[in-house]
Amino acid sequence: MGDFPSRSANANAGGPGVTSRHAGSAGPGVPPIPPDDRLGNRPPLGGGGALPTKARFSMESGFRGLSTAAGAMVLVIIVAIAIFLVSKAVPALSANTENFLTYKAWFPNEAEPRFGIAALAFGTLLSSVIALLVAVPIALAIALFLSHYAPKRLATPLGFVIDLLAAVPSVVFGLWGRDVFSQPVQDFSVWLNKYFGWLPVFGGDGPFGRSILLGSLVLAIMVLPIVTSLSREVFQQTPGMNEEAALALGATKWEMIRTAVLPYGKPGVIAAVMLGLGRALGETIALALTLGTTFTISFNIIQSGGNSIAANIANTFGEANATGRGALIASGLVLFAITLVVNMAARAIIYRRREFRDSAA
Amino acid sequence: MAKRIEASNVSSYYGSFKAIDNISMTVEPKTITALIGPSGCGKSTFLRSVNRMHEVLPGARIEGRLTIDDQNIYDSDVDVTAVRRMIGMVFQRPNPFPTMSIYENAVAGLKLNGVRKKSLLDDAAEKSLRSANLWDEVKDRLNRPGAGLSGGQQQRLCIARTIAVEPQVVLMDEPCSALDPISTLAIEDLMFKLKDRFTIIIVTHNMQQAARVSDKTGFFSIDKTGEPGRLIEYDDTQKIFSNPAQKKTEDYITGRFG
Repeated sequence: MGDFPSRSANANAGGPGVTSRHAGSAGPGVPPIPPDDRLGNRPPLGGGGALPTKARFSMESGFRGLSTAAGAMVLVIIVAIAIFLVSKAVPALSANTENFLTYKAWFPNEAEPRFGIAALAFGTLLSSVIALLVAVPIALAIALFLSHYAPKRLATPLGFVIDLLAAVPSVVFGLWGRDVFSQPVQDFSVWLNKYFGWLPVFGGDGPFGRSILLGSLVLAIMVLPIVTSLSREVFQQTPGMNEEAALALGATKWEMIRTAVLPYGKPGVIAAVMLGLGRALGETIALALTLGTTFTISFNIIQSGGNSIAANIANTFGEANATGRGALIASGLVLFAITLVVNMAARAIIYRRREFRDSAA
Repeated sequence: MAKRIEASNVSSYYGSFKAIDNISMTVEPKTITALIGPSGCGKSTFLRSVNRMHEVLPGARIEGRLTIDDQNIYDSDVDVTAVRRMIGMVFQRPNPFPTMSIYENAVAGLKLNGVRKKSLLDDAAEKSLRSANLWDEVKDRLNRPGAGLSGGQQQRLCIARTIAVEPQVVLMDEPCSALDPISTLAIEDLMFKLKDRFTIIIVTHNMQQAARVSDKTGFFSIDKTGEPGRLIEYDDTQKIFSNPAQKKTEDYITGRFG
């Protein structure tokens, strides 16, 4: 044997020291290694000897500090932005000669600034809500098709195309909406006005075309990919055993989806819709290019006109003076508040039935 | 209520892979039949063929005849959902719907069948939960999530959900393999009780369980991996466990398999 203990000597033993490493780390139950075994002279890995002291500066504490700093930075940035916005907005708001919340026009650059957020906020919400009403049912149908109906060969490339749609810059959507899509929308608006003009939303005497309807439809196309790919993701995560349970109870495919897939995916779908709404509310250039830029509060969606907070900022920032910029920043604060409220409402909906989700295996 | 199941020359395929070969057996009404055998021998495939659940997997198909009271469930004009309503199934892992309460889980099948009347649903929920020996444990918290129960309770909830639609046959695919001995005993007691109303087929890896609960036992085996599973022996449980006709069966139940 000598310095090189043969394999067979260890192999037939089974108990003491299959390798010296194991023997070194084991407790007192294992017989001592022969002193001539070189490897046995290493410091033991798991037991025996004095415990090593703790390192004062380790990866552990370093990473902990790094991640804490990153977390704190978010708060600092948010507070800094808020302070900046408020400090710019307050002088403009105090110079305003009209009520900011209810006035329906935007003349902040005059000697006596007059401006109000009412029409802009209304247009923002109306265009976003219509966009979601159009986009969400279609997005859910596409998502279910991709996750449960389409054969895999078709689902993968189609999903990729949907994601590609999300990559189109919004200015492209805006130009397309203004130069190409506005014509069919105008024709459709005239048709709606002719046959459904007795409904206030489709009333009016024209001109039609660059309306809330056009802006909303362009927005709908823009939020469609977000809602679709997130919903598809959650639908695919439905546990197979729950789908089987529904099928074994005699459910058809659609009944199975209603019983197992949709309830399971509901929180995710709500989150997806809220992300889409966030995009729609904040969308700037596409609406700036497609809306008719009027300051009215009207539920008529086909008559040329409409405006939104973000579009108004893009359209008027260039010729704004100091007060004008402050006024626009104030409008940005309102948009921020609206988005915040929407997000909190979504969280409330998601958390309401939390126990039903968290207990799910 | 309970019906006779007759399989004749049933072979099942997943794509080009033949999972079970030429299985023929008859299951009498209101009996418990246990299917035993090593893993991968086709017990579960056969069980899932009985209520056409194996079709859920793409590429799965079957040859041969499977009849319930002389009606071939694979006839082209048979509605597969009707078959599954008639032949309920309990799965290996408890799978209550996670978004539903205990009550909603119990009546999920009835709601799928279009029952909307509250009083009917209430009665059915109580009846099925009582039948599943679960009522006393959950009657005060019917609106709590079904997934919040213990594993054994969840499995009994799944049994309640299955029997609430009043099937003729209940298939159980290793219903106790994820449960502790006490919960297992509760499910076995339940099976004796349900035998009065349903025909039960159970797949199990636990031979003591097969010996305890079943009237008849079928032993499945494969020659080697990649070969289709075959039914080696099918007889009274008493006979299989005391005096099996086949050497293979004897080897398996005495633990000398493989």
